[in-house]
Amino acid sequence: MKMLLLLLLLGFGCGLVFCDQNTSDPHGRRVFPVLSINYDYVQMPFEVSLWILLASLMKLGFHLIPRLSGVVPESCLLIVVGLLVGGLIRVMGKNPPVLDSQLFFLCLLPPIILDAGYFLPIRPFTENAGTILTFAVVGTLWNAFFVGAALYGVCRLESGRLASFDLLSCLLFGSIVSAVDPVAVLAVFEEIHINELLHILVFGESLLNDAVTVVLYHLFEEFAHAGAVTAGDVFLGVVCFFVVALGGVMVGAVYGVLAAFTSRFTSHTRVIEPLFVFLYSYMAYLSAEVFHLSGIMALIACGVVMRPYVEANISHKSYTTIKYFLKMWSSVSETLIFIFLGVSTVAGPHAWNWTFVTITIFLCLLSRVLGVVGLTYIINKYRMVKLSGKDQFIVAYGGLRGAIAFSLAFLLSRDDFPMKDMFLTAIITVIFFTVFVQGMTIRPLVDLLAVKKRKQSKCSINEEIHTQFLEHLLAGIEGVCGHYGHHHWRDKLNRFNKHYIKRCLIGGERSQEPKLISFYNKMELKQALMLLESNSSANLSTAVTAAVPRQRSRKTLNISKEREEEIRKILRANLQKTRQRLRSYSRHTLMPDAEDDDWSETLLRKQRVEMERRMSHFLTVPARRESPPARRAPVESDSRALAARPSVLISISDETSDGPRESRGRKPSVKFALDAEEQKLPRCLSDPGPDQLPEEDEEHIHQTD
Amino acid sequence: MGSTNSTLLKIPNVEVLMQETGFSPAHIIRLHDRFKALDKEGRGYLCPQDFGAIKELAMNPIGDRIIGAFFSPGKETVDFHAFVKILAHFRPVDKDRPKEPNSPEPINSRSNKLKFAFQLYDQDKDGKISRDELLKVLRAMLGMQVTEEQLESIADRTIQEADLDRDDAISFEEFRKSLEKVNIDHKMSIRFLR
Repeated sequence: MKMLLLLLLLGFGCGLVFCDQNTSDPHGRRVFPVLSINYDYVQMPFEVSLWILLASLMKLGFHLIPRLSGVVPESCLLIVVGLLVGGLIRVMGKNPPVLDSQLFFLCLLPPIILDAGYFLPIRPFTENAGTILTFAVVGTLWNAFFVGAALYGVCRLESGRLASFDLLSCLLFGSIVSAVDPVAVLAVFEEIHINELLHILVFGESLLNDAVTVVLYHLFEEFAHAGAVTAGDVFLGVVCFFVVALGGVMVGAVYGVLAAFTSRFTSHTRVIEPLFVFLYSYMAYLSAEVFHLSGIMALIACGVVMRPYVEANISHKSYTTIKYFLKMWSSVSETLIFIFLGVSTVAGPHAWNWTFVTITIFLCLLSRVLGVVGLTYIINKYRMVKLSGKDQFIVAYGGLRGAIAFSLAFLLSRDDFPMKDMFLTAIITVIFFTVFVQGMTIRPLVDLLAVKKRKQSKCSINEEIHTQFLEHLLAGIEGVCGHYGHHHWRDKLNRFNKHYIKRCLIGGERSQEPKLISFYNKMELKQALMLLESNSSANLSTAVTAAVPRQRSRKTLNISKEREEEIRKILRANLQKTRQRLRSYSRHTLMPDAEDDDWSETLLRKQRVEMERRMSHFLTVPARRESPPARRAPVESDSRALAARPSVLISISDETSDGPRESRGRKPSVKFALDAEEQKLPRCLSDPGPDQLPEEDEEHIHQTD
Repeated sequence: MGSTNSTLLKIPNVEVLMQETGFSPAHIIRLHDRFKALDKEGRGYLCPQDFGAIKELAMNPIGDRIIGAFFSPGKETVDFHAFVKILAHFRPVDKDRPKEPNSPEPINSRSNKLKFAFQLYDQDKDGKISRDELLKVLRAMLGMQVTEEQLESIADRTIQEADLDRDDAISFEEFRKSLEKVNIDHKMSIRFLR
């Protein structure tokens, strides 16, 4: 295994070296070239693909090595790989490529941020919005100024090269190095599964501090040009912050609304639905970058705004496509970023200065700890669920720096900042330190401190109903108290959303569907699929349908009275509990309609399957039972298992004598419905978010395409 | 300070009230002002019509249940004491209060909060949430947008999930258990009443 990886690395290094060589045929009269090489033609895409391929193969490799991925976070391994590759290229005599800032900001960063923003868990985010904003804005400002000022003080004391650093450069350096990096945080926190609150605190902070970083960076850069700083400039800086943050959010929101509106009309062109989501988001990012607004906040705002409406409008397949594409791109981006960080370390001109680097690391840690502790003390006065010491430790320890800091430093011009190399070296060291030391130790520390992990709870309809009930209750009590609090405004927003916005942005009947219903449907879907899976595993190679919730049509079936009574007697004798609500799920004859997915079908089937399992020993229903071919087994078992609807049971047992399953005749039975649905292409679950990803992966293994 | 003291003195048994509910004098004053604002005719007690005049409650799907919760069974009026006692359920939990072994459980404890919510579901006060009561709540919350069948299947599903002793109804213990993962202290507290 390890040999394979080494060979891979070697081969790749060689490939890169040969990249630049030009082969051409120099002589005059030549034989007709049967085979010729023209590498220039494909050089650029070839190299890009080769890099991405390497990155992905590395990722594969890590997970094949048994214990490595448990101990070392992926980001560390990737940086090491980058170092090796960079070293190889150097050894071969070429200059390793450096992480180009434009490439980074325009191509590598957006997918990660979009992935994060689109799947941002909204409720914990809004509940903790105050805390997150405080950490992001005040915390980052504190970090920047503390590190900058302290560094300046140290440089003043120090003689030699460091004495030339002026205050502005130090402050700029402080602002670059103090920002918590979303890429690094995501990479490390993904693997440790801490509880939702801490995750959203650190992650939300890393996203929102982009506005602060952008403002400070541009501010100090401008000041470095200008020379003198006046009070007016500082005031303008503050104004700039609000413009950058709010402007970014507004740009994102506008594009989000556009995307939602567009998705309303895509019912005839389902194939390009995901494209709209990606394009609008990317445009939001680029538009914000044009005006030097915060692109990250624009992207987050766009994803958050458009998600509920787009999801109501698009098909299940498009939803899955969006999800997997985002995951794929963000994964590739992240891998590439870390590898490039490693390569750039080998490549870049370095100016190592022991004092500067060690002081920087020390100051970063100190300012982070002081900032978190101090802010938490203030914040806890306003929070209902207070942050404990353990929480504060994790928040402070999780403040990882990453590639954004590196790229920002890389963008500095050497004329204004002659100490750019020293900055770069220091930043790389800080990044390495945080990613390696903090990244590797955070997992055992989390276990040691017994920090609450993410709850792997199944979603429960009870919780959903009761939570909604409690929300209404609290909104009402707030009304009684005459107090316009959190719940009042949330209630108002929901009502506004329901009456006006949803009407515009969601097409068709779905605009009327309340959240509880879609939640319930999703749950039913999941359970139906799970039961089917567990029931049939290898046998069931047919497709599983997903029911898109639409208004149900009432259907009824006729049965003979005494048959019904017979069945009921048998069932009553053998089951713990029978539900004699024969009429409640009644159905008409089913007409084939390719577009109409009936939600109740799945419900029906699920209950049947469930009953089948319980009744498999007991029931002897007068229907044909001789060993059916494997593929028919589910249908037969389904037909046996109708506790609550012997009506349909009867009709199925009558129909089993008919032809092959795939017959498309118009039979008034549920079995036909199964056929019709099986012919359709398999559809996938609509999942609420990334937490469900592993679960869904397993289910996909069983489904055919 | 003078005015607060005088207002406090006007309220009978205010010491007992503060002791029972844990509200500070400032809160009592605020609630008293609110009580007086609702009690437009100055009778010293509130009746259901006064509550009905609150706009937010009128729009709330479970508004009438909330109003009903203020009135003890059989009584048509609610005085200031009862008003404050009900609202005391929504005080945020004081984690640092020392637990005296002999004192009764504070009104805003997690268990009492849940009991209050449970009573809102259980209108006939038989100690269980039957399927019909659940259906009524669902109908109120979901309104006209769903069919009867959907409501019934949701109600079935809910009871199936929560009902452990298979009596086709949700008792208080089962209710409590189904909400064990939800942070009730957070979800049922109003910051204003801290």
